[in-house]
Amino acid sequence: MRGIVKAFGAVEALRGADLTLGVAEVLGLVGDNAAGKSTLMKILTGVHRPDAGEIVFEGRAVAFHSPRDSRALGIEMIYQNLALAPNLDVVGNVFLGRERTKRVLPRVMEWLDERRMDAETRKILDRLKIRMDSVRAPVARLSGGQQQAVAIARAVSFNARVVVMDEPTASLAVKEVGKVLALVSELRAKQVSVILISHRLQDVFTVADRVMVLRGGRGALDTRIGDTTMDEVVKYIVGADTGGLSHLASGR
Amino acid sequence: MTWSRVGLPAVIVLMALTFSVLNPNFYSALNLRNVARQSAILSLTACGQTMVVLSGGFDLSVGMVIGLISVAASLVMVETGLWTGMLAGVLMGVGIGAINGVMVAKMHLPPFIATLAMLSAARGVALILSGGLPITDLPRDFRWLGAGQVLTLPLPAVIAAIVFVGCHLLMKKTRFGRYVYAIGGNEEAATYAGVPVARYKISVWALHGLLVGVAAVVLTSRAVSGHATLGEGAELESIAATVIGGTALGRGRGSIANTLLGVVAMGILTNGLNLVNVSTYYQMVAMGVIIAGAVYVDQWRHRGD
Repeated sequence: MRGIVKAFGAVEALRGADLTLGVAEVLGLVGDNAAGKSTLMKILTGVHRPDAGEIVFEGRAVAFHSPRDSRALGIEMIYQNLALAPNLDVVGNVFLGRERTKRVLPRVMEWLDERRMDAETRKILDRLKIRMDSVRAPVARLSGGQQQAVAIARAVSFNARVVVMDEPTASLAVKEVGKVLALVSELRAKQVSVILISHRLQDVFTVADRVMVLRGGRGALDTRIGDTTMDEVVKYIVGADTGGLSHLASGR
Repeated sequence: MTWSRVGLPAVIVLMALTFSVLNPNFYSALNLRNVARQSAILSLTACGQTMVVLSGGFDLSVGMVIGLISVAASLVMVETGLWTGMLAGVLMGVGIGAINGVMVAKMHLPPFIATLAMLSAARGVALILSGGLPITDLPRDFRWLGAGQVLTLPLPAVIAAIVFVGCHLLMKKTRFGRYVYAIGGNEEAATYAGVPVARYKISVWALHGLLVGVAAVVLTSRAVSGHATLGEGAELESIAATVIGGTALGRGRGSIANTLLGVVAMGILTNGLNLVNVSTYYQMVAMGVIIAGAVYVDQWRHRGD
């Protein structure tokens, strides 16, 4: 993504942001609340269209008019809260919106092919080394970490090349955070690229290859994890090294 | 889960035992056939109501819409004949259901407001059309729909059984059913997954309307005349059967099978109370208590879900 600009009315959410993501790379995307993270991701997933700038995917310039377009290229976003239907079971959620069916009466009636979806779901979970007692339990009964795993399995089942995760560990118990982060590494091992949006810098430093800081709608830092420290990243987030406090006071 | 699998069946058995002790006629074939006949209308409206509730809505207009369709279908029947009258009734049901669906899915009115508005409008139109008087002189053959038998079974009960099986398969075996559940569970997730939410919502309301239309026509046949007040209380009864069965309001949890049990429980209760001479007025009070109790118990069991 190069030089992305997006304004909502008088508010400039993005002012020429660049973002690069390598194959099988985990990028930590951090920044303050109004830094433009979610706007940038919504442009990447086709929810919003940029006012200026371009998106190049695997060497080709692309334009997304809806989430469907980005999904067709293998870009999947896992939202914080609206990813799953709590009353449906694991299989139902993984296949929501593209259920496998079998013909009962040709052209007239198609029934859900539960056995096939069941088997495919187990295969995906196995591939990601996700352990689950039953794929037939309503996801409301699963722990937060397991629900996150179901959402990730769902994204992967679309043959996703890029998975964007919005605060995947924000509401998890400490014990489960590790499992979700292990899943992120598993995705990378499967040649899937991941953009991890997180307020928890320790998560980013545990699992990411690179970290990018957005501030005021622009990239403030983009570096390999090994070349920086949490302290430095925090400084870029709040903008202390560029006179951030006076910057805030000036009202920009 | 345990309520619909264990608790409610136990309550049903217990009620049946109690009423058969209190009145030996309870177990007579004639009376059981009566229960089936009386429960048939409730079966139709409760199946529709359950599907709408599973999609996250609920319908307060059922009773008045039945009255409107009863009047309108009767007028058409008197003017043009038996079959056109029945067809007009069913199609009106679909149309009114679709209007409710558009108000909820497209205009984003809360179902409570949308269907309360429909209730008032339907009542008004029914009274305008009928002048508040019953419409008689319906074709003689029309009686068969409500009073006829198929292999010794009451025809309305046979219709209800077919509807139950059809709705059950629709909700459990098809993409339509899966999407209705998904929309009821998390509408945003369904939208994000590419489910055309508005279209499915309007469809489920229209399907419910179709069943209300059938119920209205059957009920009109049983009454042998069209009445604006024919369906009084049908909205509460259908909601009661739904929630007693264990289908939760606004959470996409429950099933048509649950509602079958709810209908059986309601049927036995109403019939039993009639047999032991409890007045209809007291039964209305009981219904209010049961609805409030059923929803309260459900919320209490699912705290924190």
